[in-house]
Amino acid sequence: MQWETVIGLEIHAQLTTQSKIFSGSSTTFGADANTQASAVDLAMPGTLPVPNEEAFRKAIMFGLAIDADINKRSVFDRKNYFYPDLPKGYQTTQLDHPIVGAGHVEIQLKDGSKKSIRIHHAHLEEDAGKSLHEDFHGMSGIDLNRAGTPLIEIVTEPDMNTAEEAVAFARKLHGLVSSIGICDGEMSQGSLRFDVNISIRPVGEEKLGTRTETKNLNSFRFMEKAIAHEVERQIELIEDGGEVKQETRLYDGDKDISRSMRSKEEANDYRYFPCPDLLPVVFDDSYIEAIRETLPELPDVKQARFIEQLGLSEYDAGILSAENTMANFFEATAKTCNDSKLAANWIMGELSARLNSEDKSISNIDLKAEQLGSLISRIKDGTVSSSGAKKVFDALWIGEDDNVDKIIEAKGLKQVSDTGALEAIVDEVLAGMTDQIEQYKSADDKKRKKLMGGFMGPLMKASKGQGNPKLFNQILAKKLNS
Amino acid sequence: MSIQREDVEKIARLAKLQINEEQLETVASELSNILGLVDQLQAVNTDNIEPMAHPTDAVQILRADQVTETNNREAFQKIAPATENGLYLVPKVIE
Repeated sequence: MQWETVIGLEIHAQLTTQSKIFSGSSTTFGADANTQASAVDLAMPGTLPVPNEEAFRKAIMFGLAIDADINKRSVFDRKNYFYPDLPKGYQTTQLDHPIVGAGHVEIQLKDGSKKSIRIHHAHLEEDAGKSLHEDFHGMSGIDLNRAGTPLIEIVTEPDMNTAEEAVAFARKLHGLVSSIGICDGEMSQGSLRFDVNISIRPVGEEKLGTRTETKNLNSFRFMEKAIAHEVERQIELIEDGGEVKQETRLYDGDKDISRSMRSKEEANDYRYFPCPDLLPVVFDDSYIEAIRETLPELPDVKQARFIEQLGLSEYDAGILSAENTMANFFEATAKTCNDSKLAANWIMGELSARLNSEDKSISNIDLKAEQLGSLISRIKDGTVSSSGAKKVFDALWIGEDDNVDKIIEAKGLKQVSDTGALEAIVDEVLAGMTDQIEQYKSADDKKRKKLMGGFMGPLMKASKGQGNPKLFNQILAKKLNS
Repeated sequence: MSIQREDVEKIARLAKLQINEEQLETVASELSNILGLVDQLQAVNTDNIEPMAHPTDAVQILRADQVTETNNREAFQKIAPATENGLYLVPKVIE
């Protein structure tokens, strides 16, 4: 049987506020255990929450960026469940009246096609603390520093049908929240967490199959693997006559296995009710419009600008505009060398390959955009060949020196562009290649082109790789065709 | 609406409350009484009336985004049953 995969995502993004959503505790990552947990965060009796305006401002920014309805009146609810890293016994969240209503995000796939993914809604809530299950004499350790960190939970419609679409959406969203500055996007620190709802159904069937939820995927690569793994598990299960159970599963990316975390039957009974400690939060149109004014250039707008003003292809522009750090690096490089196309080629080629192979991101490398820009300028003015430029790039990458010209000098990579010197080399080399010259002269135009190449090797060798190939070509053509 | 023993057992389990066998009947009947009051309220016609999130018609005041709390870990952990390396220790919970 042919199966269709249906995927919906729930994304938790930590908002980059200084203080927590309901208390004045700091949200700085990595502090000593429980040093950022106040009486409110610890759920001491008699404490009351006071919401942080900045969390709302950032949630509204997100809503405006995805063209969503902003609910001018939003309400907090209590989601009741028992777990020690949630000392109140409930999570304060928004159920029926979330701050952000329905919106949409457009994704682009590798084949160039586009798809609009609907966002069901996005709501504000608080993060829980952390449980450490290492051995504390048979007990668990609880760190409540993270408890009360503001989160926006973004819920999509089940609009994705392949792992590629889900990952494209996740990347797009990552770029969006970091570009508008509401989330730092550090997935390894849990700032952005993806839960994936997956079900399968026979192709042509309308009714959705039973879904499972795979939690807390903290890299795009694991997300892709986890989806492939889960789809295969469900197909095997059904084709063997079994049934998919609605449950939460944990995926282990290193081992490529998943296991059931909890069955939703009873845990699902969250007994939501409006939080009596908090009043409805109300904003007017002018407040929302003032926030719209503060929105930076969105990735989609940036992409259009890169295409129209800088002449990039849609694909290149899409990749270079997705993340702010990448876009800024590209624009600074292009400005230094005054050549957008070459800057795009170098960033998407050499630089991206290096980032991937060393698992780094633009924000944590030594290479500066201005350095890459000067290097490209030196290729353009003929100072270095493209193969020589790769050696300069390597030196910049490992921080051998920070000056492009000094590296070119020190490594002897400067191209010889002095026509007189090059002519002398051509004469010398041609003197020893009389047979080939005869062969060339008796050949037709088509064949001649091919034979030309045979002279380049010895010329480059004679110039120790430093001769300007373009000039060599010109001189050679002149001499051979005379 | 009346609450059965099984309902009391279930919500007690969800709320992590221990209700003795002999208390079950009493709790069930008391909760049923409360729901009886709710039934009376339900009799009022509320068509086209948006439920209120809060009994007062006020709007929430928001706080500026400033860190106002300092580290009081030592004071808080004095009253905790068990701590280690700054962590609160609780009976092992792993799903």
